[in-house]
Amino acid sequence: MTVYLVRRLIQALFVVLAMSVIVFVGIYGIGDPVEILISPDADQIERERAVKALGLDLPLWEQYLVFLGNALQGDLGRSFVFNEPALKLILQRMPATMELAFGAMFLSILIGLPLGLFAGLKPDSPVSKGIMAGSILGFSLPTFWVGLMLIMVFAVQLGWLPSTGRGETCSVLGFVGLQSCNEGLQWSFLTWDGLRHMAMPALNLALFKISLVIRLTRAGVRETMLMDYVKFARAKGLSRSRVTFVHVFKNILIPVVTVVGLELGSTIAFSVVTESVFAWPGMGKLIIDSINVLDRPVIVAYLMIIVLLFITINLIVDLTYSMLDPRVRLETKGT
Amino acid sequence: MSDVALKGAPASAPVPAKVETPFRRFVSEFCESKVAVGGAIVFGVIALVAIFAPWIAPQNPYDLAQLDIMDGRMEPGTVGGAGFTYWLGTDDQGRDMMSGIMYGLRISLMVGAGSALIACVVGASLGLLAAYAGKRTDTVIMRLVDLQLSFPSILVALMILAFLGKGIMNVVIALVIVEWAYYARTVRGTALVERRREYIEAAQCLALPTHRILFRHLLPNCLPPLIVVATMQVARAIALEATLSFLGLGVPITEPSLGLLIANGYEYMLSGKYWISFYPGIALLVTIVSINLMGDQLRDVLNPRLKK
Amino acid sequence: MKRIQQRRPPAAAVLAAVGVALAAGQANAQTATIAVGAPVTSIDPHYHQLSPNNAVADIIFDRLVNNDAQSRNIPGLALEWRAVAPTVWEFKLRPNVRFHNGNAFTADDVAFTLQRLPNVPNSPSSFAAYARTMNRVEIVDPLTIRFHTAQPYPLMPLDMTNVRIVDKETAENATTEDFNTLRAAAGTGPYRAVAHRNGDRIEFERWDGYWGERAPFQRVNYRMVTNDAARTAALLAGDVDLIDQVPTSDLAKLRQDQRVRLAEQVGLRLIFLGLDHLRPANENSPFVTDNDGRPLGRNPLADVRVRRALSMAIDRRAIVERVMEGAAVPANQFLPEGVFGNVPDLPAIAFDPDGARRLLAEAGYPQGFRIQLNGPNDRYINDSRIIQAVGQMWTRIGVRTAVEAQPWTTFVGRAGRQEYSAFLIGWGSNPDGSHPLRNVLATVTRDRGWGASNRGRYSSPRVDAMLLESLSELNEARRGELIVGAMRTAMEDVAVVPIHIQTNIWATRRAFEYTASVDEGTLAQRLRPAPR
Repeated sequence: MTVYLVRRLIQALFVVLAMSVIVFVGIYGIGDPVEILISPDADQIERERAVKALGLDLPLWEQYLVFLGNALQGDLGRSFVFNEPALKLILQRMPATMELAFGAMFLSILIGLPLGLFAGLKPDSPVSKGIMAGSILGFSLPTFWVGLMLIMVFAVQLGWLPSTGRGETCSVLGFVGLQSCNEGLQWSFLTWDGLRHMAMPALNLALFKISLVIRLTRAGVRETMLMDYVKFARAKGLSRSRVTFVHVFKNILIPVVTVVGLELGSTIAFSVVTESVFAWPGMGKLIIDSINVLDRPVIVAYLMIIVLLFITINLIVDLTYSMLDPRVRLETKGT
Repeated sequence: MSDVALKGAPASAPVPAKVETPFRRFVSEFCESKVAVGGAIVFGVIALVAIFAPWIAPQNPYDLAQLDIMDGRMEPGTVGGAGFTYWLGTDDQGRDMMSGIMYGLRISLMVGAGSALIACVVGASLGLLAAYAGKRTDTVIMRLVDLQLSFPSILVALMILAFLGKGIMNVVIALVIVEWAYYARTVRGTALVERRREYIEAAQCLALPTHRILFRHLLPNCLPPLIVVATMQVARAIALEATLSFLGLGVPITEPSLGLLIANGYEYMLSGKYWISFYPGIALLVTIVSINLMGDQLRDVLNPRLKK
Repeated sequence: MKRIQQRRPPAAAVLAAVGVALAAGQANAQTATIAVGAPVTSIDPHYHQLSPNNAVADIIFDRLVNNDAQSRNIPGLALEWRAVAPTVWEFKLRPNVRFHNGNAFTADDVAFTLQRLPNVPNSPSSFAAYARTMNRVEIVDPLTIRFHTAQPYPLMPLDMTNVRIVDKETAENATTEDFNTLRAAAGTGPYRAVAHRNGDRIEFERWDGYWGERAPFQRVNYRMVTNDAARTAALLAGDVDLIDQVPTSDLAKLRQDQRVRLAEQVGLRLIFLGLDHLRPANENSPFVTDNDGRPLGRNPLADVRVRRALSMAIDRRAIVERVMEGAAVPANQFLPEGVFGNVPDLPAIAFDPDGARRLLAEAGYPQGFRIQLNGPNDRYINDSRIIQAVGQMWTRIGVRTAVEAQPWTTFVGRAGRQEYSAFLIGWGSNPDGSHPLRNVLATVTRDRGWGASNRGRYSSPRVDAMLLESLSELNEARRGELIVGAMRTAMEDVAVVPIHIQTNIWATRRAFEYTASVDEGTLAQRLRPAPR
């Protein structure tokens, strides 16, 4: 177990290292941050000063070594744009993205699991066919398009929900409202206004995952129902509901937990589109803005955090998986 | 956004006895689902339209000389300056939407199928290699898969396309780089199970060459999940291309794919000019749904655990 | 001082505010919410020279010389200014002005600000250039300051419209982060910042000690909504009261919407095509070929007749009406009418495809040639649509045009390395003709700081000579003649192909009114309740 963990950590380190190199070279290939950040009417002297100020006058490998040296001391560099530590900027935006991602996952399980269970238990009912057709639609609709549709219907036409933004937030320590927005982590699910703002983006982000959970659950139910132990349990005379909710449910939980767990990472990483449609001030929006102005320190720091997040999530999923299904031994499972 | 095919990997660990299915039986089983057959027919029609677009479209939407901005944003059914009717309206450049959709389908399908095919070949080979060679090779390849999957695909595409410039080929390359890992992971998962089976052991005892064992024995038995993944990935590639084009990174603006057509119309949606975004959106939706319907049935047919 | 970002205003101010509000009887318009399209990256007014940052700085801080909505110079923190000697500018400062923290404004603050400009660490685009012309800053008395320059320098008042004055006591040793946390963000402007979340929102409260006209709202929320459709939707849903950068595709609909009011003003941003002037007539230009795709052996763009033909082939009215939906005016030069440096009698460029074909034949291209037109797809309003439309028009006169749009990040670098033959780009001018001349049209000369944005590498000794003379001419009339002369020369030479000047558009809810301005900044003080 410990050996396994250590090995995974070392591998993770290499992944992070490789990635930072790729990002450095990649951004170098895309363009020159100074060209993008500088005021158009800056003269040549000012341009040279800016290149120096951002440390971009050094050769690329030297820039990378400087970065690496600082990173080892926990300093991932300062944003070119905001002149603040990149890590701080990202951590400031993290709660917004996290609550959106968790909200989406919560919705996907809340809606997807019962629907999938129904579709799996009664595969031939027209309702099930409808659910399955709906789930395919959920896969196929482009996220940005759905987002705009939601805004048009619920905010503009019906006026039920606010169109964009994050609304009122509240820090865990209890300072209510925006007043304390400079101190402490801010959460909007703690206020009614915040929840109203969260509803649409969370649903938008969840749409894909709802379909996923429906299909996973249905497939799981259908497979499990054919297993010998289920037949045995039924033959033993256990009630249908007991078989469904104890025997079957426990087994389909494994793939659902795995995938939903893996999905958390991708939800966080890919909330970019939803965040920009709904002007949700999270990490995804930060990264897109940063790419647009080639704010390298922020991009590198963001990707490092995302990679670490992915590795951690994968690890947790693997561990959970091994606990839920004793037949799986960690050593033989590579991913 | 994420992959449909993930399901294959963890769930395919314990496999009961497996029945060989000949092609005909496969077809008849596939036809059991009316919805899937419908999907296949719709997809066939779409494919035909895409292939014959240059002959049946009223306008070549990629020839700037045939467009006139004075015909821009015309409502469906308007007769344009060139004398023919724009049944589905025009976009901001005066491009006939119907022609645009036909040509767009062509690009979307080409990009989707092309990238899925290449990614499948690359990914499956690496996955097989990982499963068969094991040890260090396996670790290296699977770490690469991890690296790949931990990169937001939008960012990978941005970088690749920034290096290579825009263009259909470059989009295909970007999609291959984004997608090969899913195939590798799926094939490796299946192959790991298959590898321990008697027929492989038998082949090894006969001292058959490695490539023969890999491609003649192991690969055919990994095909069912691979086909399912590939179908889903075609749909995913089409959607991803649309997203890339939405972000302004995909195909060149003068040769719009469905995704770019939607993106172009996106801005006009709030102002009531729905057709620029709506019809390509429907075409995209129908295409992806029909592929997914087929893939769905394929999964049921090809999954041995659902057989009695 | 540490308390500046505290939400509670000083008790006295609250009482004053309540009193005035009661007196004015306006209880309905205490808060306004603004959604802007471009993210503000810092509250530090000297960190990054970027229009959204400058707009926010103009809400919180003042300049010696302010701009009105027409971009005319009006007294700000200086009441009057003049050149007391050829190389000495004197500014008389406004008395009785207080910073948001209560400190009095004096010449010391001006001197400190000028000294801070070149010393903001890590600045990606600093304001240092505005202090570079000064040899010495002389404080005559607390309300009089003199700037000594090496040469006569007519642009000093214009430069001073770019420098926001900070409080010496607060900002001494303050970092950009101190401004962002609002600890050091004390200005003299009509609103003071009370909350700031990077890239998301800023909240302002009225500063009751303001020297000028009292701000109409007790509180202003300044939100950044970068997605165009989302911004419009927020306005229609009533979540915000003012949006800027109204998408042109929504204009027609918003014009008819009873709930909405539009404010429009022709701006200072010219959209134009840059052409390859770098390669001489006998060399290949990178993206020009003959009709079979083979190298041409010469650069047709070096011939003024070809450039004129390409310009005449463009139907500017069609672009303005169809692509921009009326949110621009056709242009024949950099600056709109009435702005210093506009050439008043320059004829509009006629749309004349036949004349263009004749000119091409005269220049030796009766069959035309092939060219690629490049441009960004995420920088200017409808940028990728404009180049497609131009592509259609050029193709019609026999210049078969391929069009390629790229993200600004990759485009700008390649354009700056002269990798393109023809490209679309924009220029947002200061309200003075010397600004585009010096940056876009002058021969690239590092020591003078000329031509830093001259991406086509246009070069004309006549233009350079007139510009050089104008830069030390203190007589405004004579300076105007020189600038207009240089601008006329460059435009008759088709140094660039002007297309249109953008119109700046804001939209408010019916109950509000915004004063549209020539500059693109969105300023809280320009928003007020609509008269009943």
